[in-house]
Amino acid sequence: MALPVYADPLERAWYYAYHVICTAIFIFLIAPILIVMPLSFNAEPYFTFTQKMLTFDPEGYSMRWYDLLLTFGMVAPDAARDGSWWADVWQNATWVKAAKNSIIIGFWSTIVATVLGTLAALGLSRSEMPFRRIIMAVLISPMIVPIIIIATGLFFFYSNPCSIIGTECGRLTSTYTGVVLAHATLGIPFVIITVTATLIGFDQSLSRAAASLGASPSRTFFKVVLPLILPGVISGALFAFVTSFDEVVAVLFIAGPEQQTIPRQMWNGIREAISPAILSVATILVIISIALLATVELLRRRSERIRGVTPQ
Amino acid sequence: MTDTTAPLTTADGRPLKAALAAAQSRARRKAFFLVAPLLLFVVVTFIIPIGQMLQRSVYHDGFSKEALNLAAWFDANPEGTAPDEAAFAALAADLRQMKDNKSAGEAGTRINYTVPGTRSLFTSSARGADKLEPPFKEALLAQDKKWGDPLIWSAMRAASSPWTSDFYLIATDRARTADGGIEQVPEKERIYIWLFAKTFVLSALITGICLLLAFPIAHLLATLPMARANLLMILVLLPFWTSLLVRTTSWIVLLQGQGVVNNILVSLGLVSDDGRITMIYNQTGTIIVMTHILLPFMVLPLYSVMRTIKPSYARAARSLGATSWTTFRRIYLPQTLPGIGAGALLVFILAVGYYITPALVGGADGQLISNLIQFHMSKSNWSLAAALSGMLLLGVLLLYWLYDRLVGIDKLKLG
Repeated sequence: MALPVYADPLERAWYYAYHVICTAIFIFLIAPILIVMPLSFNAEPYFTFTQKMLTFDPEGYSMRWYDLLLTFGMVAPDAARDGSWWADVWQNATWVKAAKNSIIIGFWSTIVATVLGTLAALGLSRSEMPFRRIIMAVLISPMIVPIIIIATGLFFFYSNPCSIIGTECGRLTSTYTGVVLAHATLGIPFVIITVTATLIGFDQSLSRAAASLGASPSRTFFKVVLPLILPGVISGALFAFVTSFDEVVAVLFIAGPEQQTIPRQMWNGIREAISPAILSVATILVIISIALLATVELLRRRSERIRGVTPQ
Repeated sequence: MTDTTAPLTTADGRPLKAALAAAQSRARRKAFFLVAPLLLFVVVTFIIPIGQMLQRSVYHDGFSKEALNLAAWFDANPEGTAPDEAAFAALAADLRQMKDNKSAGEAGTRINYTVPGTRSLFTSSARGADKLEPPFKEALLAQDKKWGDPLIWSAMRAASSPWTSDFYLIATDRARTADGGIEQVPEKERIYIWLFAKTFVLSALITGICLLLAFPIAHLLATLPMARANLLMILVLLPFWTSLLVRTTSWIVLLQGQGVVNNILVSLGLVSDDGRITMIYNQTGTIIVMTHILLPFMVLPLYSVMRTIKPSYARAARSLGATSWTTFRRIYLPQTLPGIGAGALLVFILAVGYYITPALVGGADGQLISNLIQFHMSKSNWSLAAALSGMLLLGVLLLYWLYDRLVGIDKLKLG
């Protein structure tokens, strides 16, 4: 927005003030995310910049909190750092175990949410779909219903999931399956939203053309439809993964000590003994989210290019 | 040559109308079968669990399954009947039963919800239940005078059926009177309605702040050239993609007593060292952090609406002599209303149910209704937690319905 030539002094003043205000708001948005990065290299156990850090004295910085991420929870953290030390890290370090859990749970819940969600989005974007509006509202609702209500419901349901068919069977609390199912439910709205958005620009005559040339419905899907909507599907999957990767309330309610994830460990860290090790985890997570954001942006532009929409 | 008056048919001789209807219903079935697996999944992992949980808000058999004799007496005698010897005999029989089943605590807990301080009455009376001799009325009253309290009898009558509205009464700060009526609890005991009100007021405040902050930057993004707008958009999207716990941690680091902001203020001499401002672990902390977390949800819908507003309208207004303020107020602002509505509703819906941030940075006075639900869950007050959840859910679903009517859920966009 350029300043028009006819602007009077007051408008000129407002124009500059407006830019100052916008800059301040952008700083408000981004500063809290960037501030953790330098602080995670603090040599002292403080949550603020020390004098040495401000003067860029190398002694003020250290990797000790990243080191703690590996050693915390180990059997023999002070042993020589050879193969067996790393095996110890892989087996016992609390944060490493949490990372493994987060990735396993995130992976499977993403698979479930993406496969079911993409199929449903294909159905929902057909004009013949009956009760489209209400079904869409139901499928998006896990994003809208407060997480505490979902977690409370699952807490009771998982203690006896077979109650819906009137029998008793095992529990789903403190199981990987339980957490995966819960996280898949939470990720579904994101897959539905991104894939239906991609399908709006999809030319249905392409699949009719494939069918008229003799392709079976599944062949049409894999050879014609899927390659075109793939960017949307992948963005949806990434959203679903991030949702699972960042979810803590359901884990608090239904997971056992074996299913501790990274957010669950952070929750402990913030609530109980807050140590700068949290900041090193936070830094790693910020870097991961930058990578994910970049991927989604690239996919969005690619999708728009494929569909012949000028990128905006 | 075909006869033009004969109905149109397909190649195999079926009437065209019927063939078309069959094809359409086949297409409908196909579309539905694509959605069916997910719908089933969501029903099982989402709708049924919530439904079962809500059932607990109106169903609690802690007392009713132990007090069959009393239930029979309550059935035979209408509301308001003073408890006679038969009633006390039934009570004594039930207390003996509770002693045998070791369930006096559970039954007492149920009555305790509506008449606080009665759990011990049940446990202690059940302990001595075997020694009770007729006349039971005198014997029980001798054990504890509280058994003569009509409030307890009214509470037991209400609890003698497992289906109850008691938990919704508690959750709306109301109580039963001795004669079976319903009244509001004394003003200083009204915690739930007050907390609901506070949750809604704070959510509205956060929505308002989000709107104030989102409006200028959405406008800037919408009016900048595409390449630069995309670059700045990253500053909005990065927080959106960053873990909630990371953002909350960062704010703790920034705002705490020995944190970055206070240190800067002290070193600038704006605040004295012992006058550090408390900005976290209280209501202020909840507001600041939730505003930061929800801001992208306001910016994105505003931006997508502002992007479509043509600058020529504003220029036309200016050329006709409107001041820049009038142009903004009468030309630009009305065109952004759809975006304002979409963003504000979404932010408000998400804020009302917020749990994590208030739990971590809210301290004592920054807690919202979700935190109270969690509190009652941790104390095993499941039915009360369910009733509070039911009320919160009703509020959220109403807002969701409104959002669907005004904005349309298919307009929901992520980045």
